[in-house]
Amino acid sequence: MAQPVPSSETNTVVSMQGIVKRFPGVLANDHVNFYLQKGEIHALLGENGAGKSTLMNILAGLYKPDAGTIIVNGQPVNFSSPRDAIKAGIGMIHQHFMLVPSQTVTENILLGLDKPAFRLNLSHYDQEITALSERFGMKVDPRAKVWQLSVGEQQRVEILKMLYRGANILVMDEPTAVLAPSEVDDLFVTLRSMVAQGKSIIFISHKLHEVMQISDRVTVLQRGRSTAAGVAVSTVTKADLARLMVGREVIFTVNKTARQPGEVVLKVEDLWAENDKGLPALRGLNLTVRQGEIVGLAGVAGNGQRELADVITGLRKCSKGQVVVSGENIANSPVKKGIRKGVSHIPEDRTHVGSAPSLSVTDNVIMKKYNQAPISSGWMVNAIAARKYAADLKERYEIIVPTLETPVRLLSGGNLQRVILAREISSNPALMIAMQPTRGLDVGAIEGVHRLLMAQRDAGAAILLISEELEELIDLSDRVAVIYEGQILGEVSDGDVAAIGMMMTGSAPGAKEDQHG
Amino acid sequence: MAESGLPRANWLDRLPYRVMLEPRLKPPSRFFSLMLSFGSVVVALLIGAIVLAIAGGDPWATYAHIVKASFGSVGVLSDTMVKAIPLMIVGLACTLAFRMKLWNIGAEGQFYAGAFGASAVVLAPMLPADAPGWLFIICMVAAGMLMGAAWGFVPGILKARFNVNEVISTLMMNYIAISWNNYWIYAVWTEGGFQMSKVFPKNAWLPRLADYAVEIPFFRGLTTHFGLVLAVIAAVVVWLILYRSQWGYEIRLVGDNPRAAEYAGISIARNTVLVMMLSGALAGLAGMSEITGVVHRLQGSISPGYGFTGIIVAWLAKLNPYAVIPVSILFGALILAGREIQPSGIPKMMNGVILVCLIASDFLLRYRVRLVRRGEEA
Amino acid sequence: MDILIVLQAGVATGTILLFATLGGIFSERSGVMNLGMEGMMLIGAMSAFSVATSTGNPWLGLLVAMLAAGLISQVHAFISITLQADQVVSGLSLGFLATGLALVLGEGLSKAGTVPLIPSYTVPLLSQIPIIGPVFFTNQKLLVYLGYIMVPLAWYYINRTRPGLHLRAVGEYPSAADSLGINVYRLRYFYVFVGGLFAGLAGATISLAISPGWFSELTTAGQGWIAIGLVIFAQWDPVRAAVGSYIFGALRRLVLDIQGPNVIFGLANPFYYNPYWGFFLEMLPYAFTIIVLVVGSREAIRKRLGAPTALGVPYIRGERGL
Repeated sequence: MAQPVPSSETNTVVSMQGIVKRFPGVLANDHVNFYLQKGEIHALLGENGAGKSTLMNILAGLYKPDAGTIIVNGQPVNFSSPRDAIKAGIGMIHQHFMLVPSQTVTENILLGLDKPAFRLNLSHYDQEITALSERFGMKVDPRAKVWQLSVGEQQRVEILKMLYRGANILVMDEPTAVLAPSEVDDLFVTLRSMVAQGKSIIFISHKLHEVMQISDRVTVLQRGRSTAAGVAVSTVTKADLARLMVGREVIFTVNKTARQPGEVVLKVEDLWAENDKGLPALRGLNLTVRQGEIVGLAGVAGNGQRELADVITGLRKCSKGQVVVSGENIANSPVKKGIRKGVSHIPEDRTHVGSAPSLSVTDNVIMKKYNQAPISSGWMVNAIAARKYAADLKERYEIIVPTLETPVRLLSGGNLQRVILAREISSNPALMIAMQPTRGLDVGAIEGVHRLLMAQRDAGAAILLISEELEELIDLSDRVAVIYEGQILGEVSDGDVAAIGMMMTGSAPGAKEDQHG
Repeated sequence: MAESGLPRANWLDRLPYRVMLEPRLKPPSRFFSLMLSFGSVVVALLIGAIVLAIAGGDPWATYAHIVKASFGSVGVLSDTMVKAIPLMIVGLACTLAFRMKLWNIGAEGQFYAGAFGASAVVLAPMLPADAPGWLFIICMVAAGMLMGAAWGFVPGILKARFNVNEVISTLMMNYIAISWNNYWIYAVWTEGGFQMSKVFPKNAWLPRLADYAVEIPFFRGLTTHFGLVLAVIAAVVVWLILYRSQWGYEIRLVGDNPRAAEYAGISIARNTVLVMMLSGALAGLAGMSEITGVVHRLQGSISPGYGFTGIIVAWLAKLNPYAVIPVSILFGALILAGREIQPSGIPKMMNGVILVCLIASDFLLRYRVRLVRRGEEA
Repeated sequence: MDILIVLQAGVATGTILLFATLGGIFSERSGVMNLGMEGMMLIGAMSAFSVATSTGNPWLGLLVAMLAAGLISQVHAFISITLQADQVVSGLSLGFLATGLALVLGEGLSKAGTVPLIPSYTVPLLSQIPIIGPVFFTNQKLLVYLGYIMVPLAWYYINRTRPGLHLRAVGEYPSAADSLGINVYRLRYFYVFVGGLFAGLAGATISLAISPGWFSELTTAGQGWIAIGLVIFAQWDPVRAAVGSYIFGALRRLVLDIQGPNVIFGLANPFYYNPYWGFFLEMLPYAFTIIVLVVGSREAIRKRLGAPTALGVPYIRGERGL
């Protein structure tokens, strides 16, 4: 706590001292100090749940700290809303973009401003925004509706939104998580150009190599406490940072035993499907997964991953093509048929798809077993058998709950994921579709999930692992296929990150044939 | 991580204490939730008293009158039960549908449809007038439930196929049901030009306690009828369906999270239609029991809003089928005594106040409210 | 039966639905569905009638009606926005409460005597236009003309002004609006209130202009519910709301008027000779509402647009996404 307060001559634009923030059951920030200097890119590093976003949400006026002082440009501040923070020149770019999909770029940028007084003179503002975007080298059409834009373009809109408000301090929450490698490079160019024009940037990340690459100084958080405050990046190594972040030496690799894949379990042939907006999302996709192998599916979000998982599990209709599971085509069959064929599914969205929040743990784990003996008996659900089954899973998968009657909405993210994994794995699936199984979990929980997936592979399950974490894909997968605009562009089995990165942006290995011309 | 999501006015910041809201990490006890429901009814009665006083009435006299006129003697208690029977069955109909978050507001119409179906057995006629009573009961129950189910089927299929908002479609079906009944009692089954059918033959009446007065003199004059048995059977059946059957599991899962249900391979469309039909059938049963147990003929205004009060009953019972029975008796009392209360809108308004208080109190089931002195927050 | 007179009366009747539907659009665009429309309209009709008879000033009645309905709408706002209750249940409970309150406070009003009415007016020149003139601009209540003005104003406000931009944002993606310092709760309260104002206006339009008087629940006869259906049919667009409302108004008039003449279009009028068929005619507006809902819902599915994304979802700060 006894860290020296930098004097004002060092150009400190933000200083947060002794910040404490409590949530029910969690101490999210425990006397954290953070100092940002003018014209620097300052990384805020920490694993999921370390309190990075909480700290920055406090700076952005979304949360009020329970204790601590914040000084911006020499003035003590007490933000009670994001508006106050923006007025002080602080703009936050959230991980989930805060853009209204049905409105245009200009409308989104004008949102929340005091001007225009009443009438929306859009064409006038369209010009202003074009000028601003050119100044920082970010191309975007001000008249386009946000839902029509790519993820990278949406991010640019977010940045423009803050620049237009005159923000001098930009907080970027995990900005690279959703971008393809080439888009990351573009973003870094933009960041450097902004710093050159006098802006200061806080870069929240849990990816060490990016922190090393882009930032000048770094502050590390670990379980709500800062383990390093404003250390110059040039003076530390990746391993140092990792230790500060996790508090112990980190094992970067998963033990993967060599295993000869068996028979083909999943064979997807020439699959075509539409997304929720009615636009083509899968365009003639082909993929096979064998017994005892993990196939990783890499790709920038929104290239058809979700639709592929949905079609295989029966949640979405396809317009053409086949999904053959263990020799039978189950495309456009009811979900039940897939479940009966041994398809299990770890959905991307745990709370909205994977669980019934107000129902008990027991009711949640029997979701796919309630109509099978021994849990079913005749037309009834055998409550005793169900409870016994749930107790057994709780034991085996180390689910921490007060009682089995607790509604799952009261569970932590890691525990909820364990409930879902327990349910999906305990049926000894022939095929497992795992979508972002570790997103939002802390390091310990991630390791647990990885171990469970590897155990399933070794037990002979065919696993399709869909993830946006390249490291995870390469560590776990026997092969990595890359999806781009609804097609598989190629496969990599030797962990060649550069090749995967190239394909994620649409450059096919070797001669690219245009299959959808 | 959820911080309290309440808008905060600035003047509040200046008070020495501040209200802290915390999401509950453990479900509250049954006792707390029971007390909360009880408390909200008390608050509602207080609010009602204030409005009554403003409207120029004497609230305490009115409440005393309600208690006396509905529980004061065995006779009025029996009359209270008569009013409670349709509420029980309609309350169960709503409980079933609401468990799936299917907002069946059409119990009133389904009630009329059920009454029509039951009457058709006598008036069409489908059975000879001298058929045995048990045969009448069975056929009338079947016909009433069938018509109710048909009335529920329409919004159900529209919701399943076209995603038509069931609140509005069930409500529209109410108006249609009432016009439909009116047509039959005015045009077809009218007796001597009056807007009512002829009285049903005695063997088409549900047995009442008074019918056994010869054997048990205590029952003399008591109007409670066989519908009570039907209601209790229905409560047990609904409980078994919701909490013991696979279908009930599906209903609860769809109600809590339709996307999870889909993901578990449960057909939402199929369940929507089936639940609407069974809910309609139950409301139809209520109509049947009213027409054959109390009115004994088909006529207009057979319901003082049973279909709507059933919604409140289901909510106050926290969608627990067994709790529907005692709650219905309370509301039966309100309906019975309410007929003499002036102004006549009071019972209806009280229903509204009670429901508003109940729904507001649900907030306390999810959040804990604490008063914290500034600077001592921990 | 003169078809032009039916249409003229239809536009007048449709004005009731138009106001209510516009109110629904404002409230739903901000993300709050209010099923208490019928009850709020009854409050409006009752207070308008009551104030107008006692003061002799229909305009004062109109004003009080709007304020009263706006005030009671805040019950729903409090329960569904602050207490985060399910909007369907909360709206229904408001409906019960408001209906009951209107009946209690309106007790004996039906014998209150004659009510001063909102005056009628014929627009010079415009009323000379064939067909359109007699239907829209001849001898209509001033409130009907207010309706004509409201439609483009509402459209302009929602789509072309800064407050309208904020309104749309709050209903589509409240956390985005919140992150830019827009007070989601305050705006939602405000537009629920606006919805209440319109509901009160609709109620007053009944009791002071179109079918004057206080007939307890029969005053509105389900028009509040029809309006909620029309909001969906209108796809949350004021212009489509106007089209839907006037068609519905015409239908309601037709149902009433068609039983009058014994000859219709040169044929024997079956409804004249079979008066009981009137019960089937009575069903028509309600059946038609269901049909309109089917059309609206199908269109929403086909075009993949429709309801404001956050409609019916309580906003809880701190929870990311929708």
